[in-house]
Amino acid sequence: MNLWGTFRIALRALSRNKLRSSLTMLGIIIGVGAVIAMVGIGQGASASIQAQISNLGNNMLIVFAGSSNTGGTRGGFGSGTTLLPEDITAIEQECSAVKAASPVVRANGQLVFGNQNWVASSGIQGTNEKFPEIRAWPMAAGEFFSEADVRNATRVCVIGKTVADNLFAGSDPVGQTLRVRNLPFRVLGVLSVKGQNQFGQDQDDTVLVPYTTAQKKMLNITHVQAAMVSAISAAATFTAEKQITDLLRQRHKLSGNQENDFTVRNLTDVAEAADQSSKIMTNLLASIAGVSLLVGGIGIMNIMLVSVTERTREIGIRMAIGARSGVIRRQFLIESITLSVVGGIFGVLVGVGASIIISKTLNWPTLISPVSIIASVVFSVLVGVGFGYYPARKAAALDPIEALRYE
Amino acid sequence: METQVTAQIHQATDALHTTSLISLVHIHKTYMMGDVEIHALRGISLNIQRGEFVAIMGTSGSGKSTTMNILGCLDKPTRGHYYLDGEDVSKLSRDELADIRNRKIGFVFQGFNLLSRTTALENVELPMLYLGLKPAERLKRATEALEIVGLSDRMHNMPNQLSGGQQQRVAIARSLVNHPAIILADEPTGNLDSRTSIEVMDVFQRLNEERGITIALVTHEHDIAQYTRRMVVFKDGKIRKDEPVGETRSAREELKNMPLIADEDDEEDDE
Ligand SMILES: Nc1ncnc2c1ncn2[C@@H]1O[C@H](COP(=O)(O)OP(=O)(O)OP(=O)(O)O)[C@@H](O)[C@H]1O
Ligand SMILES: [Mg+2]
Repeated sequence: MNLWGTFRIALRALSRNKLRSSLTMLGIIIGVGAVIAMVGIGQGASASIQAQISNLGNNMLIVFAGSSNTGGTRGGFGSGTTLLPEDITAIEQECSAVKAASPVVRANGQLVFGNQNWVASSGIQGTNEKFPEIRAWPMAAGEFFSEADVRNATRVCVIGKTVADNLFAGSDPVGQTLRVRNLPFRVLGVLSVKGQNQFGQDQDDTVLVPYTTAQKKMLNITHVQAAMVSAISAAATFTAEKQITDLLRQRHKLSGNQENDFTVRNLTDVAEAADQSSKIMTNLLASIAGVSLLVGGIGIMNIMLVSVTERTREIGIRMAIGARSGVIRRQFLIESITLSVVGGIFGVLVGVGASIIISKTLNWPTLISPVSIIASVVFSVLVGVGFGYYPARKAAALDPIEALRYE
Repeated sequence: METQVTAQIHQATDALHTTSLISLVHIHKTYMMGDVEIHALRGISLNIQRGEFVAIMGTSGSGKSTTMNILGCLDKPTRGHYYLDGEDVSKLSRDELADIRNRKIGFVFQGFNLLSRTTALENVELPMLYLGLKPAERLKRATEALEIVGLSDRMHNMPNQLSGGQQQRVAIARSLVNHPAIILADEPTGNLDSRTSIEVMDVFQRLNEERGITIALVTHEHDIAQYTRRMVVFKDGKIRKDEPVGETRSAREELKNMPLIADEDDEEDDE
């Protein structure tokens, strides 16, 4: 008796009791569906956090002027006045874990081109020529301002895509003159699209100018509000944090118990912590769903055991007319594998469907990976074999005379 | 000296075994119930030739079913030898016995033992499935067998849509399809009324007379035994009587003379 023949016998036996077969499959369907949906949600969250990390820039840290737990943060973004451009230069030159640093000076104000005017939601940012490298933010058109522009505090600017779209609708902004806070600035280039940050702010709605220009021609200050720092690697962000703190304390002549007049924030660290927790959540969700898959498997075993008992006489008849016990064992094994595999396939459909519904209705990002689909199907085959083996062996070990006599 | 004698006896009996279809030689069957030994069979020797139609009778507990189980290769004797078609099957493995049952034995049971929710045709096809025959051949043989037992018009009925007599005829068709050496029937009419019993005996008689199929059946009823040609009577695990049936009754003749009213029981599908 070949395997195909046994398979047909098993299929016929299953179709003879459709209700029971489908109820048994339901356990696996829910189990596999739950695993796929849960892993999809977890991986979706993880992927969106990963995307945010790379969106932030290259292993980025931010240094704010002002203390983190006194007036500093309470006064808003970089309210202290003790952070100077020389501090930033020193950070870049003296901290071995730092690759590049750029000051940040922020201003607000109206942008005017021709008869169009616009207020950029992400503001006017003064920075230096390292900005594209630190933020991993290339140009879409034109070029970024140079070190000479920063040194000479020239009135040049680089605009984000949103600003370009709103003020220059259709025409090429590069080389045009834009009025920023009523001063004429030459547009050198347009940044590529970056999208929203994790707080939903449109990062492309901005104008970048040399920080010196912002200091002298807009705000009339000599300090900077913050600095963007790029560490040499993700792992080095911790060393960089330490080195920057030590350097600034020394430069600001803060003695042992004096509080920092600046705040260093390791963005990679924050993002990675978020990524870690989303991975933990993925694992947690997957294990809860895995438990339901296990319960589904036990359901199969349960039904198969009941089925072996209930079908004792059938087994006796089959044996009497010449079925070898191996054939009986295979029949029951194939029955349980068929239940679990068909259940698994439906489960994949249900899981994918649920993920799509979740991401549509709750607006959660979900990511269905082929790995989780393959793993679920493989796992359901294993469930079928694992939980079907014992009932199948029980069926095959029956004595035909006893089985025939069974009421 | 003694070994020579036993060798000669073996030769003599071997010669006998090869000519008989079935040969039981000093069969003992002992069941252990805890510490108590139950001697179900105490030295049975029985030969059945090709084409015979044998009734096995005896009081309850005399060992008829035990003998049928051994004949059917469902069970092995504790002692003794069983030659089926010249082959000693008393020491074969479980799987080998399954194959013998599939190829050489046809079973008919008191309780019909058809697979429920399975059509008559599929039930009849079952033994051929385990033999590994091609679907076309299975269909052909199953259809033929159902024709022989007169159920061509009920092929696609489920067992619960068939009367007891019809179910038993499906079971007979199933026992036929692999062209077995012998059909074994343990009280095949035990669950049937008298007219239906005669109809089933008619099927057996025709199989035996027209196709030369060897049949052994167990029955409690002396009347039923009268349709066979040889009667073996068991008592306390031994054969007490083994004699030809004097005047075999013809089921066909008797059915002809029966009033037709009784037909309703069988031909119509009463719930
Ligand atoms: N599995 C078993 N275990 C123990 N004893 C058994 C077993 N099967 C049969 N016996 C005993 O063996 C003896 C013969 O039983 P068997 O079934 O062959 O009788 P029988 O002639 O078929 O009776 P009946 O006409 O009632 O069917 C009985 O005493 C019975 O109790
Ligand atoms: Mg009996």
